[in-house]
Formats: sequence, C-alpha cells, structure tokens
Amino acid sequence: MGLNLVVLVKQVPDTQNITGEAMKEDGTVNRGALPAIFNPEDLYALEAALRVKEAAPGSKVHVLTMGPPSAEQVLKESLYRGADSVALITDRKFAGADTLATSYALKCAIETTGKYDIVFCGRQAIDGDTAQVGPQTAEKLGINQITCVDHIEQTDEDSLIARRSIEGGFEVVKSAYPVLVTMTDEGHVPRTSSAIKVMTYKNKKAGDPEIPMWSIEHIGADFEACGLKGSPTKVKEIESVVLKAQELQMIENSDEGLSNLMHSLIADHTLG
Amino acid sequence: MANFLHDNEDILFHLEHMDMDRVITLKELEFADRGKYPHAPNDIDDARDSYKKVLEIVGEICGDYLAPQAAEIDKEGVKLINGEVQYAKGTAEVLDLFAKADLMGFALPRKYGGLNFPTLMTSIAAEMVMRADGSFLNFGLQQDIAETINKFASEEQKMKYLPKLCTGEHGSSMILTEPDAGSDLPAVALRAYQDESGQWYLHGVKRFITNGCGEIGLVLARSEDKTGARGLSQFIYKRDSKMVIRRLEDKLGIHGSPTCELQFNDAPCELMGERGRGLTEYTMWLMNSARLGIGAQAVGIAEAAYREAAKYASEREQFGKSIDTMVPVYEMLTDMKVSIEAGRTLLYETARVVDIKEGLEHMAEVYPERAAELKSDMKLYRKLAGLLTPMVKAYATEMCNKVAYDAIQIHGGTGYMREFNVERHARDARITNIYEGTTQLQIVAASPGVTSGTAKMLIDEYDQEDNSHMGETLALVREAKEKLYATVELVNSAKNKVYSDYHSQRLVEMATAIIQSYLMMRDGKHSDRKKKVAELHIEKACSLVEHHRHFIAEGRAVLLDHYKEIIGV
Repeated sequence: MGLNLVVLVKQVPDTQNITGEAMKEDGTVNRGALPAIFNPEDLYALEAALRVKEAAPGSKVHVLTMGPPSAEQVLKESLYRGADSVALITDRKFAGADTLATSYALKCAIETTGKYDIVFCGRQAIDGDTAQVGPQTAEKLGINQITCVDHIEQTDEDSLIARRSIEGGFEVVKSAYPVLVTMTDEGHVPRTSSAIKVMTYKNKKAGDPEIPMWSIEHIGADFEACGLKGSPTKVKEIESVVLKAQELQMIENSDEGLSNLMHSLIADHTLG
Repeated sequence: MANFLHDNEDILFHLEHMDMDRVITLKELEFADRGKYPHAPNDIDDARDSYKKVLEIVGEICGDYLAPQAAEIDKEGVKLINGEVQYAKGTAEVLDLFAKADLMGFALPRKYGGLNFPTLMTSIAAEMVMRADGSFLNFGLQQDIAETINKFASEEQKMKYLPKLCTGEHGSSMILTEPDAGSDLPAVALRAYQDESGQWYLHGVKRFITNGCGEIGLVLARSEDKTGARGLSQFIYKRDSKMVIRRLEDKLGIHGSPTCELQFNDAPCELMGERGRGLTEYTMWLMNSARLGIGAQAVGIAEAAYREAAKYASEREQFGKSIDTMVPVYEMLTDMKVSIEAGRTLLYETARVVDIKEGLEHMAEVYPERAAELKSDMKLYRKLAGLLTPMVKAYATEMCNKVAYDAIQIHGGTGYMREFNVERHARDARITNIYEGTTQLQIVAASPGVTSGTAKMLIDEYDQEDNSHMGETLALVREAKEKLYATVELVNSAKNKVYSDYHSQRLVEMATAIIQSYLMMRDGKHSDRKKKVAELHIEKACSLVEHHRHFIAEGRAVLLDHYKEIIGV
C-alpha cells in the first residue's frame, strides 16, 4: 500500500543574493530585482517525500504551491524532480495573505487532494522567515506535527519515525498518520532535475492538465478567511537596514587581542 | 559554486554556433520517436533546447556537488574491503545524483531508458564532469560500454543489460588489459571456453581495469585456437562470485577511480557478436569511443587547471603588482587558454564527424534500402573519424599535461603543495596520454590519414569555406597547408617505413595545427574574440609547421644513424 504524500512549496525571491536594489523605498521587497527561486528548505521537503515514495512503492507525491501564475516554475521543477502531480493555488482573492490566511488556503487545498498521510514542508521560507505556515496548517488540519526534522528515519503503513534537530542533539519522534513535518536543510541533499522529466515537462504551462490551477472556489475556501480579508497581521513599519563595514580593524589572534576586543565591545555597548 | 555550463563561455559559444542539424536529424532518425516518447524532440530547435537544458543539469551537479568534493575524493581514494570496492563518499553521492537525474544512459536509445543524445553532447557533458573531478570516470565509461553493447550485442542482450546501465543500477567496466598485453592487445591470453551446453566461461587474470568492480564488464578473451587478434572475442560478463578483485593499484592520480586486478575463475559469460571479431571490430570501436572520451577528459582537466592558474595569478602580487600583468605569466596563461580552445573546437568537430558516421551507419541498418545511397558518405566519414579521433586524443592529452604543468609553474612553490588543486590536476592529467592508447599509439593510428590524403581532403574542404574575415591571416594558414602537403610528399617519396615512422609525430602535429587553424577561423566568424583567439593560435601554429618542415626537409635524420650508439640498444 502506497502513501499519499503532499508537499507544500513556495517560490521566493532569492534573498541569499541581495543587491542594493532589493528593497523599495517603502521598505517592501522589490521582487523584480531578485530572481525567483525554489525556497531552499522546501527542496529538502520534496527530497524527503521522494525518498519516502521510493521506500514505499505505490506512494504518490503531490506538490502544492500558492502564488501568482509565475509560481508555475517551482511546480515544473517539482515535476522535473519526480513529483507525480502538482497544483497551483492561484486566485486574486488570495492576494495579501498573511501566514494565517495562507495556512487556511493550504489546508483547504490539501483536503482537496483527498486522503493524505504525510504533509511535508520546509521549516521556513527565506523571504518571510516566520516558520509559521507549516505549524499553522497542521493546526488547521487538526493533525500531528513534527517540526525541524532532518531525516525521516522510517515509514510504516500507519506511522512514521522522524529525527528532529534540537539544541545539543536529536530527538526521535514517532507519529501516526496523518502528520505534517517541517524539514530543515540538514537532511539528504536534494536531487537535481531528471533529464527525461525536464524534456517531458519543459514546455508545460500553468493551466495545462499537468499544472492545474486551483481557484478559491475549487478548494472550497471561505472568501472571508482568505487574502487580505483573512489576514489580521498589519505591518506598522518596515525599515531597510543596510549594514556597511565602515573600517577594517585587525584583531591579533592572541589572548591579549581578544581581551582588547571584548573590552572595546563592552565600552561601546555592543555587548552588555 | 557555479554551474559548469553557465560559467563556461566557450562551451556556450559552441552550443550556440555549431552546426548540429545533420547530427540531430541522423540521431533522431528523422524524428521517428516524435509522439512515441513524451521527451523526444519534435524538431531540430526542440532537440537543441533539450540538449542545453540537460547539460545545465550536468553543469549543476558538476559545479555544486562534484567539484567541491574533488579534493576530498582524491585524499580519501578508493578501498578494497572484503573483496569489494568502496568508493570515496563524494563519488558515491554524486553517482547517486547522476542516476537519479537519468543521466547514465546519455547516448542510448529511448527504448532502453536512454536520452538518445549524440556523442557531441556526451563530449560536452564529459568535459564538465572531468573539470569537476578528473577521477570521476563512471559517467564517461558507462557511455562507452553501453554504446558498444547497443551497437554489437543481440536485441535480447540489449534488453537484458541496457536498462539497468541507463538507470545507474549497474556500473560497468571494459576489461581488456593483461600483465603482458597492454598496448599489444593481440597478445591477450585470458581464456574463454564453452561447456557442452554451449555456456561460455572466462579464466585468467586482467590488470589495470578501471572500475573493474562494475556489475557489467566487456571482456576481451581468447576463444579461438589462433594466435593474434583473430583468436579474440568479446564477452559480456555480469559480476558473480567467480570473479575476484585481487587488488587495487596505488596510483599517481585519479585516486577516486578504482583500478583493479581481476581474477576470473571459470566465470560464466555471454559471447557478444561474432567469434574472432572481439579485438578487430568491437574493441576497436569501444577504444575509439573511449579515446574521444579521454579527449574530453583532457580538455576538462585542462580547463580546471587553467582556471586555478588564472585566479591565482590575478590575486598573487609580487613586486607591487599582480603577477598576471607580467609578460612571462600572461603569455603562459594566454597559451593555456588558446590551446584549450583549440582542443575544444577539435574535440567537438571530431564528435560531430563521429556522430555523422554513426548516424549514417545506423540509418543504413534501419533502412537497408537506403544503404547504397549512403555508402559513399559512410566511407568518407569513417575515414575522417579514423583520422580525427586519435588526433584529438593525442593533442588534447598532451595539451592537458602542458596546461597542468604550467598551472603549477604559475603558482610557484605554492602549486607544489597538496592544499592547492593544481598538483592534483597535474597528477590526474598524467594518465590521459597513457590510457586508451598512449600518444605514440595515437600517432600510429592518425598517421596513415595524414600521409594517405585524408587530412589533405579535409583541409581542402575547410579551405573552401569563406574565411575572408581573417584577412592576411588566411594567407598564413594557406602557406602552412602547402608546407604540410610538400612535407608529406617528401616523406612518402622516401618509401622508407622507418623514416616515415620517425617523422610521423611531426606530420600529425603539423596536420593537427592546420586543421585547428581552419576550425578556429570558422569560430572567428561569429565573434571578434574568437577571431583573435584564432590569430594567436595561427601565429604559433605556423611557427610549429615551419619548425617541423625545416627539421624534416632540411635535416638529415641523424638520429636514425646514431641512436644505437647513443642509448646502447
């Protein structure tokens, strides 16, 4: 008996390669100036799901993302890596969603896929860095959650064993299905695209049968709980802080050098 | 790190500009797989797009996963534990990535799970792999072996062995060399015999077998009661307990690649193709394929060494300025770069010729009614492949050694230290002009093509192309071409085999330099930079041609008279 595996992924601006144009004057992210990429930890989530599929023949990997039509790229990349099916949750009414509204929409979409056993997501996205969407989605689904997982150690017909990274060590947790896991980037290195699948899917677009688009109606979501309307988070202010090294100071690699450094950091209130 | 396709402007240049139409049409048998497989191309543009996208995957694995681990793989090496080979951790990880990316059956037909890519694309992929780690031979080797099985084995054997080679579930090796049969393969003694039921068995020892731990081996063995090449057949051997890996060689370089000594104790195997054609046809085909692969390996290692040298020279300051601003250093760097690009353009031209030859042969096999119409082209491309394959192997591997040597020189004392990559590149480079036939054997193979007129025919054809963009440089190349023809004539007219052998390397080098000159002028049509690269190459090529011409035409070949007294043989 195979398992039904759902992976939540996100297309994010590549904040690891920030340039001076990355922020607009109002403090919001200038998405146009940053290349859009597959959220790095979501790739680990997909890899974990694909490995579970390999270990449990007959399993299916469904990948979901919420975003504008251009987010089809992360779904294509999921197909390239071995996902069995994907769907793009896209609707103008989802615009402006905070983590609460997003996790609600994702919950509705996951339920739309039918019976599911494990939901995988990355621990956090590199744009918002909240790490809230995974746990909130599990809450809304009313299922178990295991966060900060680096390895899925075992999957059985009705439960899995996962290893969590915790301070100073690991914690090994067992959970019955359905369960949501959030994956860190300490697990198996994500595979690259398959040459055969790239050639198969390279010309597909959102809206084609291989990349269906799911609207608010399709996933049966309540309009009031989606997008801006469903988002209680109000951002008061965003400040663009650009750190600049003013001058270079060499610290001698000795006890005395370190002691001097500590004193100067305490003196200018950087420490203490 | 960077994607090894995206950061290599010269490969991207060739991908954009080289003429692949005929290669693609032949490889795709006029797009016979269209509609049959979702990943088959619809037309030439679609195929080119697919090639690039797949090479991007190879470039990603090479840049992000293989290259960063190469130093560690070299340090860790391979181990023989309880009779089984254990790869370095990085090698095993990257092999898994290659398999998961469906890259192990690069050139095989789609029906076995392959990508059906031409040799040209395999060469580009192999070059990137070798730039990342000169010891990661599993990818290139697998292509050579799988393609040989695809070309000569029965359909039943192909269905049995090829799918698992494509998925990477099985690794492979070519099992030819023996303690007393290295360059002299007709001396192979490992015995193959049949029992009463017709089952074949192998008995004997093989040495220096790259990746001898692979599940599938192509074994050259003596099956007939005849001496020499005619007594040898080719066998497909699947690993079982009847073959023992006796030891791994402790080598100068390519530490990540296991070089095995194998003992076959009546190991069951299958005959591939016909008896007695093991060396003369199948192994020769396999070796030629592998020689092109080693050409790609050499270009890749040279690229890696050059990049290390260029980076170091731009950062290293002496006498108050970076050393790449000093004449001796920037001349070395420029020579390295130009010679790599000369190697690359010859490699791709050779691969293109091989692809057309293979495509025509395949076409004639699938459509026998068209064989007569294809016959003269087949004959031509066989000749050209026979000339260019050993030529590129000889040029690229010697060039690679020179580049790696100079890369250490540019680093100075630092380059002699283990913590810098250039000493590894130099160690890895050193095998390229030895295995799959030494440079001296490549000269033996290429020389007839130079002296019998094939090279002249090819050069004259290149000369028909419009090279007016090269201005006066074209006249220099034409002058060099005439010098080659006259010198060949001179050597041929002596009708003395020893004299011809004595000058064969010089003649092959002259022909190589001129063929590269024409190819680089062709590249120069598309880019001003490439035109300058061609000018640099041609200046030195013309000087080399004149040097060799002078030595042959004006010299007295005194070595042939005095060598016995000097070295005491």
